[in-house]
Amino acid sequence: MLSTRMINLIVPIISVVLGLLAGAIIMLIFGYNPIAGYIALWNGAFGNVYFFGETIRQITPYILTGLAVAFAFRSGLFNIGAEGQVIVGWLASVWVGASIQAPTIIHLPLTIIAAALAGALWGFLPGLLKAKRGVHEVIITIMMNYIALHVANYLIRNVLTDKSDSTAPIENTASLASEWLMEITGYSRMHYGILIALFAAVIMWFLLEKTTIGYELRAVGYNQHASNYAGMNVGKNIILAMMISGGFAGLAGAMEGLGTFGYMSANSSFTNLGFDGIAVALLGGNTALGSVIAAFLFGILKIGALNMPTSAGVPSELVEIDIALIIYFVASSYIIRWTLLRFFKKEEK
Amino acid sequence: MENFVIEMLDIRKEFPGIVANNNITLQVKQGEIHALLGENGAGKSTLMNVLFGLYQPEKGEIRVKGKKVNITDPNVANDLGIGMVHQHFMLVDTFTVTQNIILGNEPRKFGMIDMKRAEKEVLELSERYGLKVDPQAKISDISVGMQQRVEILKTLYRGAEVLILDEPTAVLTPQEIKELITIMKSLIKEGISIILITHKLKEIMEVCDRCTVIRKGEGIGTVNVSETNPNELASLMVGREVNFKTEKKQAEPKHAVLSITDLRVHDARNVPMVKGLNLEVKAGEIVGIAGVDGNGQSELIEAITGLRASEAGRIMLNEKDITNLTPRKVTQSGVSHIPQDRHKFGLVLDFPIGENMVLQTYYQQPFAKGGVLSFKNVYQHARTLIQEYDVRTPSEYTKARALSGGNQQKAIIAREVDRSPDLIIAAQPTRGLDVGAIEFIHNKLIEERDKGKAVLLVSFELDEIMNLSDKIAVMFDGDIVATVEPGEINEQELGLLMAGSKKEKVGGE
Repeated sequence: MLSTRMINLIVPIISVVLGLLAGAIIMLIFGYNPIAGYIALWNGAFGNVYFFGETIRQITPYILTGLAVAFAFRSGLFNIGAEGQVIVGWLASVWVGASIQAPTIIHLPLTIIAAALAGALWGFLPGLLKAKRGVHEVIITIMMNYIALHVANYLIRNVLTDKSDSTAPIENTASLASEWLMEITGYSRMHYGILIALFAAVIMWFLLEKTTIGYELRAVGYNQHASNYAGMNVGKNIILAMMISGGFAGLAGAMEGLGTFGYMSANSSFTNLGFDGIAVALLGGNTALGSVIAAFLFGILKIGALNMPTSAGVPSELVEIDIALIIYFVASSYIIRWTLLRFFKKEEK
Repeated sequence: MENFVIEMLDIRKEFPGIVANNNITLQVKQGEIHALLGENGAGKSTLMNVLFGLYQPEKGEIRVKGKKVNITDPNVANDLGIGMVHQHFMLVDTFTVTQNIILGNEPRKFGMIDMKRAEKEVLELSERYGLKVDPQAKISDISVGMQQRVEILKTLYRGAEVLILDEPTAVLTPQEIKELITIMKSLIKEGISIILITHKLKEIMEVCDRCTVIRKGEGIGTVNVSETNPNELASLMVGREVNFKTEKKQAEPKHAVLSITDLRVHDARNVPMVKGLNLEVKAGEIVGIAGVDGNGQSELIEAITGLRASEAGRIMLNEKDITNLTPRKVTQSGVSHIPQDRHKFGLVLDFPIGENMVLQTYYQQPFAKGGVLSFKNVYQHARTLIQEYDVRTPSEYTKARALSGGNQQKAIIAREVDRSPDLIIAAQPTRGLDVGAIEFIHNKLIEERDKGKAVLLVSFELDEIMNLSDKIAVMFDGDIVATVEPGEINEQELGLLMAGSKKEKVGGE
């Protein structure tokens, strides 16, 4: 009999392998060499220090948006609004980063807090409406995404600059970028944000699993009636959950604003960091550790895939199908687990 | 040879680690009501799931009308004329009665559903078996009793000749139970055979012809109901003598703990449900509220516990005003609440049983310090309660969902009683439980009374009210219409009061 632990270990590996196989078949059907394709994918993510640095850079915001969605989910809320929260967080970090003069030790924390607060505010409104009026958070958060996008664009063009499409660069004192990290990664855009993201994951785990606040949030997430019966303030917990969730997403925006780019451009469309965060959270089983691992998978595939068209000649459309297939198989690992259990049960008899 | 319609011979069914059924034999005669009696977790449902094709037995033989059959899945069971009505109904809420009955078996005309013919067929069927339903009503609009009739019609529509009813009375009001009994009797007149899964002895004595008892997965035997009595059935089921009449001393009521004056409460649709109610519960007594469901009992409890705002009136606990306080404040004032719906209110089913046992106290020492939970203390506390209250669970880390109903209820009672409150509100505390668990819970409530706690009991089971209460308050249409002592009234008189007849007829106070 396989132990549960073994199954927990084997299932993700099998699902990734199956995803790779399915992707390989698609590539074969269209006449491309899957082995060359996958070597290109691997090299694109880990082939040299530059790619490695870029992969880590991509993973950083994914961890945070994944945490944001996972945190809300554990509290019984579906935060589709991580995308908008990323945008307002990004904007707030760049705003504070460029408009204030202060030493790093004050300036950097201040910008990071500003981003988290902006995201929290963007989560507060849907939380308030849900708690007080019972409006479904999915609808409001979707709307809030559009409001964030267009308000941010307006502010960039009309308030932060004079009709320019991108803000001034942030002060060095607010930057997460590091000469040293860039140097050892062949001048990739890797920055210190990864430490913040990993620290945020620890915070989420501790808050949710170890504190009375987390106990309440989880109880409300599972059963609002029982929580109310037990004397918890359900409305307060809903608002709090949305604010913390939004805070994590806001931090993801700060990673882009303070680390990767150092400024913000007016966007014609969404960054997709928030939407990918939904997949990251669900793939990671809505836990902190799971979200980190899933963010790594997403980051690796995303950056590695960039190399497939150039190195292996696989068209980018096909690459996207391939990546989708791998994620699909990982997400459906439940089926694999079920098959495994069934298979081994039969064998026992 | 006797004319058996269903025979299950020496059935054995194992699950990893346990033998759920061990050599159980069940033989059902044509046209009889056959009871299948056993405690929660005795293996009744497993045996029926074997018959219905959901499980395959490791050993044993099933015969339908004398012919050996192999029931591989529920469709085979359907074809053999076996129909099952589950305890939790399998109905589409937004469909009509007719749509639900024909689902999967629709009469067609030119490829479209022939709704006219379907409704006619349903009506014919319902008249033939005396199952009154409105074919055009939506499921969400009809009562639980009628939903159950729809479930029965569903099986009959598919040509069932043997009906398995899984704890059919657990969800019904006393009136609906009476109707169901009439229905069962008319069904057997039409040649249908019924297997009734239950642990309610009264119902068995009333309607069943024979009764097969199983205990801890073992077949204990089959008895003719006419030749037995409830005491014998109970001891067969539990394996020891059971006391129905809970032993208790005379109550020694002291000061008033709860006193309610002129309370008015509206329900969620803002309809007045409690209309100027007065009630007093003293320390050291159990006051039972008797009444038909829906006469304001739920609203009354919700108002006391702070779950629902009261419109007017005053609720005093130990001479402190607790009207319209938050649930937390009410709890802290010394009120415990065993809720009517243990899944909806009493437990967070996806939390481990240990975490459920601190649902109201998690933030207090020693379970938390500076906002950080001490799981060591939480689970230590849980282990103590599990032992003291005999909660049967694999461990304190097991999710509450995985426990049987009786053990879930014991866990709630452990939590509520352990807080050492002044007032215990117990709403339907033994709903759906077997006699062993009922006995335990009744004894606990009396024990708390004897310790000087005030107990407010709400129950739709007259037996329970008569048995436990030191004082019975009859609730009708949002008010207490009579207060009587259990010794001075019988069940018929109580029933009349509950139906709203004036108390002068009975004498009363």
